[in-house]
Amino acid sequence: MNAKVVTISDGDIGLRNLDVILGLENRIVYDIVDVVEGRCRIRQAMIRDKRLPELFLIPAAQTRDKSAVSPSDMIRLCEELRDEMDWIIIDSPAGIERGFRNALAPADLVLVVTNPEVSSVRDADRIIGLVEAEEKGPAQLILNRVNPALTKRGDMLSTEDVLELLAIKLIGVVPEDESVIVASNRGQPVTFANNSKAGQAFHNIAKRLLGEEVPFMNIEANNGIMNKLAKMMKFRGD
Amino acid sequence: MKPNLGIKQLKQPETILIKGIREGLLITLGEGDWLSIFASLMEKITEKEKFFEGAKLALDVGNRILHAADLGTLRDRLADKNIILWAILSNSPVTELTAQDLGLATRISVPKPERIIKSIESSIPGEDAIFLRKTVRSGFKVVSNGHIIIFGDVNPGGEIIAGGSVIIWGRCQGVVQAGVDGDQNATVCALDLNPTQLRIAGIIAISPKRKGKPQPEVAKIIAGQVVAETWNPKSR
Repeated sequence: MNAKVVTISDGDIGLRNLDVILGLENRIVYDIVDVVEGRCRIRQAMIRDKRLPELFLIPAAQTRDKSAVSPSDMIRLCEELRDEMDWIIIDSPAGIERGFRNALAPADLVLVVTNPEVSSVRDADRIIGLVEAEEKGPAQLILNRVNPALTKRGDMLSTEDVLELLAIKLIGVVPEDESVIVASNRGQPVTFANNSKAGQAFHNIAKRLLGEEVPFMNIEANNGIMNKLAKMMKFRGD
Repeated sequence: MKPNLGIKQLKQPETILIKGIREGLLITLGEGDWLSIFASLMEKITEKEKFFEGAKLALDVGNRILHAADLGTLRDRLADKNIILWAILSNSPVTELTAQDLGLATRISVPKPERIIKSIESSIPGEDAIFLRKTVRSGFKVVSNGHIIIFGDVNPGGEIIAGGSVIIWGRCQGVVQAGVDGDQNATVCALDLNPTQLRIAGIIAISPKRKGKPQPEVAKIIAGQVVAETWNPKSR
């Protein structure tokens, strides 16, 4: 993948966990609230990833809550970073309150992540509506934790069902994958796991965001061992 | 005589309104004590004796309650001036009855409105409606006293509240209320009518689970119940 400078800003103040997932927990000195309140410069709060030198994390504060940062603080912060960074990814907390407003305020592009469940899709619909109301739309959709076997049996909403309701552009379908849990427990992004379908899906999303045409991968149920092998071979070849 | 009474008397002549109607003259008496207004009326008539002579008079006495004696005196005095009192108009049923007893009319025929020759109007006046070209998503609400037209879907969790009818050119899966002010003629139409809940003029309906392909449907009140019918170009 092309090297792009990326900063991930954790918008979930008070419930920080991106540092855990990236395995950067022990390196945090300053966080986003320190930057906003002027205790440090933005550079000081940016933690360089140990695997990818072009990836930085600005951690959320764990001891404060969402009201510590305002939407205008977020805009100011992102304006400061905009010239240096190719991408700034802001992880919005769940809900439609302050944390969501903070994450939305500086955004140029909104990616809505939802599970193919009726309640999740309902919430995603609301979020998409709020994004539209803020004139940040149209949002793009990432469908997460899709279980092909359940979908096939008709026990889970299919990608088509969700798209029919939400009527926005689909940018990625991430299959349900155990390796996500394994990877996050190890503090290792799932995108580094070689044979993870979810990891592959995230790679594809990144490529699509960069403007590449990537076909949606086949996430059909593959219960047979031969099928599984074939899939693995295919990924290796990628 | 008290001074304020003097002012009153000065004002009273203004409260006598004389108007020519097809049947003769119509005099409308304003507020005030009957005897004094009667006096000022007679005064006025005496002033313009020539004008009133031979006139057919209808008198609007407002809310006053007049008895046979009052009306009799009035008629006699007018007759002295060669004026024919033929009608007494009153809001008081007592006065009306008294007048009828004296053989006076209590209604003057309503003057016929001038015949208006209407040019044939080729544009039809419409009704108030709002038009929305977007998807109504969960948590959003569209409210209007008039009709509502949505060019898009209404998703579950979305709400449409209209004083009139609702037309959805798209899929309807939210809550729709039409005729919230009690308009029983309100209808709800959608290309795919599958609302969480539908209310027309307060009557609640929950749409049954539909199988098969969606079809355009129209929901309306028939015999006190909300009924959804498939749109059929032949029977409309």
